[in-house]
Amino acid sequence: MRTILFLLQKEFIQIFRNKSMLPIIFLLPIIQLLILANAATQEMKNINLAVVDFDNSTYSQRLINAFYHSSFYTIIPTPQSENKAIDLVHNGDADAVLVINHGFEKNLVKGEKVSVQLLVNSINGTAASLINGYTSSIIQSNAQLFGAGNVEIGMLPVHTDSRFWYNPDLNYKLYMVPGILVILVTIIGMFLTALNIVREKELGTIEQINVTPIKKYQFIVGKLLPFWIIALFELAFGLIIARLVFNLTILGSIPLLFTFAAVYLLVALSFGLILSTSSSNQQQVMFLTFFFMIVFIMMSGLFTPTESMPKWANYFNTINPLYYFMRVNRMIILKGSGFRDIFPEFISMSVLAIVTMFFAVNRYKKTV
Amino acid sequence: MKVASEVSGNNVIEVKDLVKRFGDFIADDKLTFTVGKGQIFGLLGANGAGKTTAIRMLCGLLKPTSGYIKVAGYDGFTQSDKIKENIGYMSQKFSLYEDLTVWENIRFFGGIYGLWGKQLRERSEELLQNLGMDQHRDTPIADLPLGWKQRLAFSVAQIHKPAVIFLDEPTGGVDPIARKHFWELISKAAYSGTTVVVTTHYMDEAEYCNQIVIMVDGKIVANNTPLELKKEYQAKTMNDVFLRLAQSASRTE
Repeated sequence: MRTILFLLQKEFIQIFRNKSMLPIIFLLPIIQLLILANAATQEMKNINLAVVDFDNSTYSQRLINAFYHSSFYTIIPTPQSENKAIDLVHNGDADAVLVINHGFEKNLVKGEKVSVQLLVNSINGTAASLINGYTSSIIQSNAQLFGAGNVEIGMLPVHTDSRFWYNPDLNYKLYMVPGILVILVTIIGMFLTALNIVREKELGTIEQINVTPIKKYQFIVGKLLPFWIIALFELAFGLIIARLVFNLTILGSIPLLFTFAAVYLLVALSFGLILSTSSSNQQQVMFLTFFFMIVFIMMSGLFTPTESMPKWANYFNTINPLYYFMRVNRMIILKGSGFRDIFPEFISMSVLAIVTMFFAVNRYKKTV
Repeated sequence: MKVASEVSGNNVIEVKDLVKRFGDFIADDKLTFTVGKGQIFGLLGANGAGKTTAIRMLCGLLKPTSGYIKVAGYDGFTQSDKIKENIGYMSQKFSLYEDLTVWENIRFFGGIYGLWGKQLRERSEELLQNLGMDQHRDTPIADLPLGWKQRLAFSVAQIHKPAVIFLDEPTGGVDPIARKHFWELISKAAYSGTTVVVTTHYMDEAEYCNQIVIMVDGKIVANNTPLELKKEYQAKTMNDVFLRLAQSASRTE
């Protein structure tokens, strides 16, 4: 026990004496949260819409005006030709073309079904469906103002009225912030642990440790505990920043969140330790860690919902620690889930923790 | 002389037919020697002769392929943790923490060897005073001259008063005066009863040893006192002895 205390004392002195460490601990979360939460948003802010108005009537003008007044749209000057408007999409000047056919007003007044055509650049599928959705809802709501029946838009005749639970305004920042916190805590945990041990290998100091009677578990605890504590602190710090900047409130229990994070970190740290035992220098371990991080992050459901991933991806995610933490973090923070709701994830995470720790202890060898 | 020390039962290190293979490569081939208490034992050889491999096996850093090792009364195959409690080690790859101060290094290594509280404080004071580094206790290792670092590393490796201390090319890269200072420390340690095993390729240092083993291509080609070796090969210095023996080497880096 005393040996572990001496190890911890040494690690903490070294971590905080390292001048690049404090900025990493304090600046990294602020920068990541501010930049990523704002950049990784899935809202469409600026849709360039080309409008071809063959009707040229009061009603068609009113519809166009509705787009004018929306902060999401910029109406770009468009020639009176469908083909030329499509050229604008080809050139990248327009994201979508709205074609209002001749007779739009007349049919509306008569109370007949009218249709407008919407052509969307679908290179980016997510953006395309968002544009489609936004545009349709504007047209629908205006059609009702005209007192007419439904306006049929291209192929979208269905009238939907959606309400978003847990995140009523569909604020993507609220959705992203818990996810980014997961990444942040992982970087601190996995990268720093792996780098720290490989650094001792490079310097040769690990050899000096290996000739001492120090026990394997003592060394591992001495190496993992400091980063475990720092990463948990980092999570708290990140949550405070998220609260102050994005007004993110944690609906669920904070102790539960930290308990889950603590188990998650055991996995992340042990994984870092395993990677460090397979590398002999810092470049190697950086690339190795980076590789796994990217795979874990991309599959975790940070950007794309895991439900829409192929089956094999979902199988993979049963061993992806980030998947569980990403899910649970959002569940607890946004949904206010309790222990019973996250129980399956908690069990899976605990199993992962036991397995990775077992490997970590076994991989680290005092004798070569 | 070898026979005499075996009989005396005063051996701190006993090695018999020790072999280390890396695949097809035999790094150490059937090494056999003994080292008595308080001796300075020199392991000489060209680069690649197998010295470092031998010393790493004796310290428990490397698992031997076959043979017999006993260090400080413990078996090298089954009791390597016991051995580690009773040895000190200092390698050519410098092993104090550069970002920690002199005192923090002493405290850390003392701590993991089981010293603490009053005992740790007394031992470190003694150590600092012996080295004359009292006023440098709060200097980071990175700011010390190399010669000082080496002497400090040597003292730290002895903080738990081990039976044997292993030095793997301890004086690389420093000037002759710093080397002389270092060897004064070694003699002092041996005088107080600590056995010293040292590898070197400075032949003037070999003269300070009580017993010399010369290795060529993983095999021991000579094992005697420097005086006897010089007599046997009719050489004036250890350098001449070494050159004569080592010229046959086929493995060089």
